[in-house]
Amino acid sequence: MRVRTLLLGAAAAVAIAPAALAERGSDGEVKIIYWQAPSTMNPYLSGGTKELEAASLVVEPLARYDQDGNMVPWLAESVPTVDNGGVSADLTTINWKLKEGLLWSDGSPVTSADVVFTWKYCADPAGGCAQSEKYNDVTDVKAVDDLTVTVTFGVPKPFPYGPFVGAQAPIIQAAQFADCLGAKAPECTDANFGPMGTGPFRVTEFRPNDVISFEANPNYRDPDKPAFATVTFKGGGDTASAGRSVLETGEFDYAWNMQLAPDVLGAMEAAGKGTVVSAFGTLVERIMINLTDPSPALGDARSTKAHPHPFLSDPAVRQALSMAIDRALLVEIGYGAAGKPSCNVLPAPAIYKSTANDGCLVQDIEGAKKLLDDAGWVPGGDGIRAKDGVRLSILYQTSTNAVRQDFQALIKQWWSEIGVETELRNIDASVFFGGDPGSPDTFQKFFADVEMYANNFDGTDPEAYMANWECKQAPTPETQWQGNNMPRYCSEEYDALVAKMAQTGKLEERAELAKAMNDKLMQEYIMLPLVDRGRVSAHSNTLGGVVLNVWDSELWNVADWYRTKTQ
Amino acid sequence: MTDVTPDSLAAARPPQSQWRNVWDQFKTHRGAVWGMGFFIFVVLAVTLGPYIWTIDAQYIDIRARNSGPTLAHPLGTDQLGRDTLARVLEGGQVSMAVGITAMLLALVLGAAIGVVAGYFKRLDGPLMRLTDLFLALPLLPLLLVIIMLFRDTLRAAFGPETGIFMLIVFVIGITSWMQTARIVRGDVLALKEREFVIASRSIGTPSRRMILRHILPNVLSPITVSATLGIANAIITESALSFLGLGFPSDFPTWGRLLFDSTDYLQQYPERVLWPGLAISLTVLSVNYIGDGLRDALDPRIRGR
Repeated sequence: MRVRTLLLGAAAAVAIAPAALAERGSDGEVKIIYWQAPSTMNPYLSGGTKELEAASLVVEPLARYDQDGNMVPWLAESVPTVDNGGVSADLTTINWKLKEGLLWSDGSPVTSADVVFTWKYCADPAGGCAQSEKYNDVTDVKAVDDLTVTVTFGVPKPFPYGPFVGAQAPIIQAAQFADCLGAKAPECTDANFGPMGTGPFRVTEFRPNDVISFEANPNYRDPDKPAFATVTFKGGGDTASAGRSVLETGEFDYAWNMQLAPDVLGAMEAAGKGTVVSAFGTLVERIMINLTDPSPALGDARSTKAHPHPFLSDPAVRQALSMAIDRALLVEIGYGAAGKPSCNVLPAPAIYKSTANDGCLVQDIEGAKKLLDDAGWVPGGDGIRAKDGVRLSILYQTSTNAVRQDFQALIKQWWSEIGVETELRNIDASVFFGGDPGSPDTFQKFFADVEMYANNFDGTDPEAYMANWECKQAPTPETQWQGNNMPRYCSEEYDALVAKMAQTGKLEERAELAKAMNDKLMQEYIMLPLVDRGRVSAHSNTLGGVVLNVWDSELWNVADWYRTKTQ
Repeated sequence: MTDVTPDSLAAARPPQSQWRNVWDQFKTHRGAVWGMGFFIFVVLAVTLGPYIWTIDAQYIDIRARNSGPTLAHPLGTDQLGRDTLARVLEGGQVSMAVGITAMLLALVLGAAIGVVAGYFKRLDGPLMRLTDLFLALPLLPLLLVIIMLFRDTLRAAFGPETGIFMLIVFVIGITSWMQTARIVRGDVLALKEREFVIASRSIGTPSRRMILRHILPNVLSPITVSATLGIANAIITESALSFLGLGFPSDFPTWGRLLFDSTDYLQQYPERVLWPGLAISLTVLSVNYIGDGLRDALDPRIRGR
């Protein structure tokens, strides 16, 4: 024992990752602050991120996503695929096998019955399960043996990783929740506030909308983890004070979701107590280009396929508009650590990210001018380019937001440098995104030449997202202006790629298809991605092992967290 | 002050016109004279200023962003490096124009409705119910509808800036006359029972002359007071509209817009809210003083004392 202690001391002295050698509970307490407070510990009864993340300390799924969006087996032995036989060739069933020897925090074994029960719990129509979309199309879940379950879908699922994957769909204990099915789910207060789990910690005290106390789970599968003996999870307050408590005063070790202006956050970080970390998901701020004519003179045919846009239907103009933009500067002005320049509308997960369009990262005003000259757009007397009497005059709309208005002003100036006139319009966000078919100002109606907003997709699978730009998705008066194909893009090749992806099960092939679709949109300049907006959190300089993850709970690897030095 | 006393002046010269008297009285109000001076200064600055300080208010010099006062930018720059002085001057043009025109519109409407409602008993009920109706209308949805209906037509006819200008002046004017109308009506009701009005009615003065000669001059003081408040109100309403995205394009500076933009940076760059804020408050203050002086000067009981 003494030798081991000596070795530990020596290891710490040379600062080799102490976590690898630490014992369970050797690092004392870790304090986490979420400026929104969790009201339950049952992720199936709340759609809120705060509840999901608090619960992820305790309950765990069969597989989850790592920081790159790749699936990693968690309670399961491996991730089933078509290749390893876990997913059937017709894409309707998937077999999960649990790791052996897993125990709940009360010491009882984890079995396939718990997995089956979890599905029953969420699928109960009277229960109002908040995560029921994770279990869409599931017709049956069967226990094959003690450790194996088979999930059957009613339709072929090229991406069958909804059920039991990710922080939204963890496994709960059948014994504890047996009497909580259906309408009785919210009444089981003890179970909902203190669920049994397989995770690194278990609840010792839950005070709704305030503080949760945890202690290390004595039955956790890795005997050396977690390094911390207790967790204090404080909820509530506001973003700025949460940031201050980690970065300036050091009262807390980890603060979630630091949505603050770049210079405010920068000033806090300068205090030297903590570090701001960011990670990037799929949220991309982009400019959509209207390929149809929004002129009010067209009446009901405004912004519909009947009338192509007088000048934006020329690819050279669209490309020039993209080349004139300095994306790095936009990031610096608007988002700081929370953003990075993007040339893809599908920037993540890593396997879907194309590198074919990175040329747009560099601003090229001269190149844009030349491109327009060559395409026959020549400057008129007022400096605005025109061809055959059509002036390059753009109406540029977005929602009301200080950062977006700054972006508009900057982009307007760059476009004026290449001889494009821009009129700016900003619309109240609730109207702009409201989708009311009676209002002319919605982003679906798109009664402007270009518009800017951000969008992303849930989870890691881009199939539905990339299908947004199918021909039939274009908003029209016939569809009450519903649809996501704002540019009114219409290409048979693209539609064929979408159809192919819906029938492809292999992950690598799906990635190729998604990239091809992204590249097609980017190289035709149908939309101009600007900034990949990420998630920002802050942790104390004495807290090690934090790997920020936008695909799953931020606390996904809390078992690996450790104290770097004692204070 | 004049260098001759009023007594000798009255003896030496033939009787002066009424407006000459008003001016003489106005001059004795120091605040009013200062206010008038400042107001003229502001009007000159915002109209002629952009010809002297020729930096484009919309030009972005990103390298010079967030700069403090320097020789190149006497009032500093904003978060995108646009010159604050140029923006205050250009913003003032729009704000003053909107403020004054909308105020005049509201004033004419309010005074007319107030006087007519107060003077003609038969019209009192309908007109005051109309006023109540306008007061009860939720302003924001009304603005949304008006702007939604007419924006594109006006934009096509007059261009984005003039079109929006006309729309905003109209919208502010049409939604801010009610207070004036109520105050004026109250005063007219009281005036109507005064001896001089009854006397002049007894000699058969027609209503038109009665209103112009006896009623209107006597309600001028509440009208001037609401005029001064009206300018401030119009400037503020315009900025609120801009903030909601219903006003001028976001890069088109107005004082209200500048103020709203700077509030995000209140902690880091407090001086940035100072300039548009100062411009708005000093202008409003000066107009208030002018109003005060005018009221004194127009009141025959104070005049000549």
